[in-house]
Amino acid sequence: MRSQRGAVSAWLLSSLLILATILTVGAFFVLKWRPEVASEHGRGVDRMITYIIFAAGFIFVVGHLVLSTFLVKFGGKGTAAYKPMTHKTEMLFTIGPVVFMVAVSELGVLAIGGPVWNQVYTHKPDDLVVDITAKQYEWISRYPGKDGKFGRKRPDLFDDQENPLGLDRKDPDAKDDIVVRGAVYLPVGKGAWFNIQSWDVLHSFNVPVLRAKQDAVPGLTTHTRIVPTAVGRYEISCAEICGPGHYRMRGFVNVKSEADFAKWLKSQVGWFE
Amino acid sequence: MAIAQAVETGKAGHQAHGRDHGHPAGFIRKYIFSTDHKVIGVQYLLMAMLMSVVGLGLSLWFRVQLAWPGKAAMTPEQYVAIVTMHGTIMIFFVVSLALSSGLGNFSIPLQVGARDMAYPFLNMLSFWIIVPASAIMILSFFVEGGAAAGGWTAYPPLSALSGFGKVPRGSPGSGMGQTLWLLAMALFIVSFTMGGLNYVATILNLRARGMSLMRMPLTVWTYFVAALLGLLSFPALTAAAIMLLLDRHLGTSFFLPSGLVVSGQQAANVGGTPLLFQHLFWFLGHPEVYVLVLPAIGIAFDVIAAFSRRPPHGYKTSVWALLIIAFLGMIVWGHHMFTSGMNPFLGKYFSIATLLITAPFAVLGVNLLASLWRARIRFTTSMLFALGLISAVGTGGIGGLFLATATADLHFHDTYFVVGHFHLMIGVVTMTGTFAGIYYWFPKMFGRHMNETLGKLHFWGTFIGAFALFVIQHFQGFGGMTRRYFEYSADYVQPALALNPAVTWFAFLAVGAQIPFFFNFFWSMFKGKKAEANPWEATTLEWTTATPVPHGNWERLPVVSGKPYGYAEGANGDAHRMQNAEA
Amino acid sequence: MNSTAVTGHEAATHESEPGFYGTSWQKLMMWWFIIGDAILFGSFLAAYGFSRISAVNWPDRTQMFSLNFITVMTFTLITSSATMATAVAASRRGDRKAAFNFTMATAVGGLAFLGMQAYEWYHLIHNGARMDTNPWGAPAFGAYFFAITGFHGSHVASGVLILLITAWNAKRGKSGPEGVELTGLYWHFVDLVWVFVFGCFYLI
Ligand code: HEM
Ligand SMILES: [Cu+2]
Ligand SMILES: [Cu+2]
Repeated sequence: MRSQRGAVSAWLLSSLLILATILTVGAFFVLKWRPEVASEHGRGVDRMITYIIFAAGFIFVVGHLVLSTFLVKFGGKGTAAYKPMTHKTEMLFTIGPVVFMVAVSELGVLAIGGPVWNQVYTHKPDDLVVDITAKQYEWISRYPGKDGKFGRKRPDLFDDQENPLGLDRKDPDAKDDIVVRGAVYLPVGKGAWFNIQSWDVLHSFNVPVLRAKQDAVPGLTTHTRIVPTAVGRYEISCAEICGPGHYRMRGFVNVKSEADFAKWLKSQVGWFE
Repeated sequence: MAIAQAVETGKAGHQAHGRDHGHPAGFIRKYIFSTDHKVIGVQYLLMAMLMSVVGLGLSLWFRVQLAWPGKAAMTPEQYVAIVTMHGTIMIFFVVSLALSSGLGNFSIPLQVGARDMAYPFLNMLSFWIIVPASAIMILSFFVEGGAAAGGWTAYPPLSALSGFGKVPRGSPGSGMGQTLWLLAMALFIVSFTMGGLNYVATILNLRARGMSLMRMPLTVWTYFVAALLGLLSFPALTAAAIMLLLDRHLGTSFFLPSGLVVSGQQAANVGGTPLLFQHLFWFLGHPEVYVLVLPAIGIAFDVIAAFSRRPPHGYKTSVWALLIIAFLGMIVWGHHMFTSGMNPFLGKYFSIATLLITAPFAVLGVNLLASLWRARIRFTTSMLFALGLISAVGTGGIGGLFLATATADLHFHDTYFVVGHFHLMIGVVTMTGTFAGIYYWFPKMFGRHMNETLGKLHFWGTFIGAFALFVIQHFQGFGGMTRRYFEYSADYVQPALALNPAVTWFAFLAVGAQIPFFFNFFWSMFKGKKAEANPWEATTLEWTTATPVPHGNWERLPVVSGKPYGYAEGANGDAHRMQNAEA
Repeated sequence: MNSTAVTGHEAATHESEPGFYGTSWQKLMMWWFIIGDAILFGSFLAAYGFSRISAVNWPDRTQMFSLNFITVMTFTLITSSATMATAVAASRRGDRKAAFNFTMATAVGGLAFLGMQAYEWYHLIHNGARMDTNPWGAPAFGAYFFAITGFHGSHVASGVLILLITAWNAKRGKSGPEGVELTGLYWHFVDLVWVFVFGCFYLI
């Protein structure tokens, strides 16, 4: 049964696995494998990802090396014969991986991930508050205007062209609300707290360069916090299927210097002004 | 009602067996409406093969669109429908049917030493329910609005906005197509639940004498754990599906909140919560992943033992790992919902709990690897697939580390990283396990061997294609490439986008490699090399009966005298001992 | 192994491992069915709880229902569990006549319950409650109420059918103690579920 063919298969599979390992690891050096990052917590996210890359990479490489070695070593001719392991070694081979996996993964999530996660969901008192409304297939942002208060949104007043947020003309809070279609403006270096809502179906406010992702759920207000660290124009790509137009549900986060942002804000007029 | 009937049929089936072990007469009773678990197993396999042509064909079609936008003659409406149907068909009508239902049916009674399933009639019914379910699923392409297009996860409100009665229409695919999708899924759940009951009953009550639980082959153990998990988790999906149907057709507001405005039309709904559906769905959805993956791993253990001529490493720890995975698998569903708007504290809990599962999985992985230590490996096609499975479990598993860490998931959620990860687990692990099982048991099924040369061709194409295809998708996910997109235009995604043609070429390789398999399967059925009763010199019970297996499986049922894996016995360690060998 | 008596299948049972700690597979399967079904009800009730917690206001149940009437309904169902237990005991003793009578009594109890439930539904519908509307407040309450009590009612209805079949079989001596016991298990389960449904909808 164990012919020359077996040895060929052993070498083939084993070199293929090594090749796959090298290519996979090498890809991290050759490819531009992640978008640049332009937010405070985003660096934390990347630190978390880097940590896992090393942990997972270690398992990936060692696992494949062991597998390839075993294939060649025990797959050719005249291979060693099986002897049962002692109970002690066997326990070692069980407890070892368990301790390793729990330590590596939980350590990562607790020490590195946890604080970043808290950062994303903690509203700081002097944050700029931005209201995001999603609908098929558009992002609408809103700023409270001079009074610092958002007006109520009323479904019965919704009008796609005239009043996409369903704001009430008689509501004094709504009068000076600044509404921007398809774009969000943020000052660099300052925290922004987002209230995210949806009119119709699920969407997800996803800005990869800012490492931000938060679903927009009808009937619910969800939140996320972003502190942009670089001036620029970053694309929003909806990340929850919302219909055939999902792919073209785009928008832009324009991060400006504090001065430029103030200028921009001043130039805006309220929705009913 | 169903229960009373089940009790009756269980009775009838067994009386029949007790009295006569002869073949049932007539082609129709023997091959079409058969109650023989072996025939039903093969029927499931054939059904899965048929559906895989559709499911894989769809994937190639949208892969062309992704690699060369505009070349595939496809609209965005069609794209989302095709992705949805590809996912649904592959999970429920290919992998579940081939692995859980097909190979499970074939192997369980043979491996535990039973004459048939506990309820043969119920078993036949399970299969025949799948036939209309598949038909309805496929036909849903041709109704008004096209097939369901809300993703295989069918999240409301999109999937609930049916356009019937007062309910506004969410998208073209939210109409009749989604209703038929739900109907087909309901039938599937009924069939799968009955199948699960049958597995549990058979494994608990029809084991041959001497076959204590800790003497069961690991394949049986994994099917057992999978069946229990399925029975415990599918009811949640059933509840969700019923409520979704009511929302769609009777105007209830289980999942539809107040204040909905859909394409300018105000909905009348009050007070529902879309997140509820996600909780119910993933309460099933996550265990379902294990329902699919575990049996593949179990088969790999059996196959590796047979072709490495030594018992698998750590039988007991593997069993414990399985049970722990099953338990933890029921309480981590929220890791699919980190960005859903769920309470961030819950997110943390789910993250920590999920990462615990990596421990028992690592035990399984180490046990698989260590099973090759000091082995005498025989590189049959079946073994190659089992070895490929080890690689895929490892590669897919470490992808889980990224996704289970809530903070990292902020970047990965709903990108191609997820797509790559779950394809490695529920696509590649399951399919390599299935193929390992098919090449392994084919001689028992049909009394003939499959062709090894075509088999090797099948393996290399599948493994290289699938590994490359799905690992590259991980990199696209690193690049932030969102999934379920018809076309891409953002700046940040350009580097990832450049990989798309390569992914598609590897997809063609992986799918193309199934052609030799299909040919091999049908050709070998009639023309393959004749097989003896125990061609692999394996030791579990299915190899103790004659080939082809008689109706009723054994003249006299075997009596088990030892462990399932009697390899490396004798003075030189090159003998083997059947599980029913006299002491 | 007591399944032998029921299946009359000496050969197979003799050949296989004694079942799971001596439990017959019919009973085992009934338990699995019950666990599965319990999770189904559990999912519905958990969903109800989820909505209840996230809802702003919830109807005042004392206005919607007459608690006295519901208590009678519940009492009827619980009594039928008692008659069922008596039937099981009788059939164990081999007292076919008593087994038949008490199983029939249980079925009558079930029918009475269904009748009262139908009356209650009629009452609510008559006052304008629907799956999507509820004159007393939150429409979700109506949807959950009709869906869950309807689902439970369908269990009672199929239970009554099973009871009638069992009674008939017991009378003819076709169904031994195990058959009656299985039916009993199912019936107790349906009653138990009602206690939870009752608690969720009328009390909490
Ligand atoms: C070579 C074969 C396959 C290829 C090329 C392929 C490709 C793809 C791609 C590219 C997507 C994502 C599309 C998108 O998000 O826009 C997808 C989705 C999916 N595939 Fe596959 N796939 C293959 C085989 C399988 C198998 C074997 C399974 C088995 C479970 C599977 C299950 C799924 C599921 C569940 C989805 C998600 C559908 C959704 O988003 O609703 N696929 N496939
Ligand atoms: Cu979208
Ligand atoms: Cu999961």
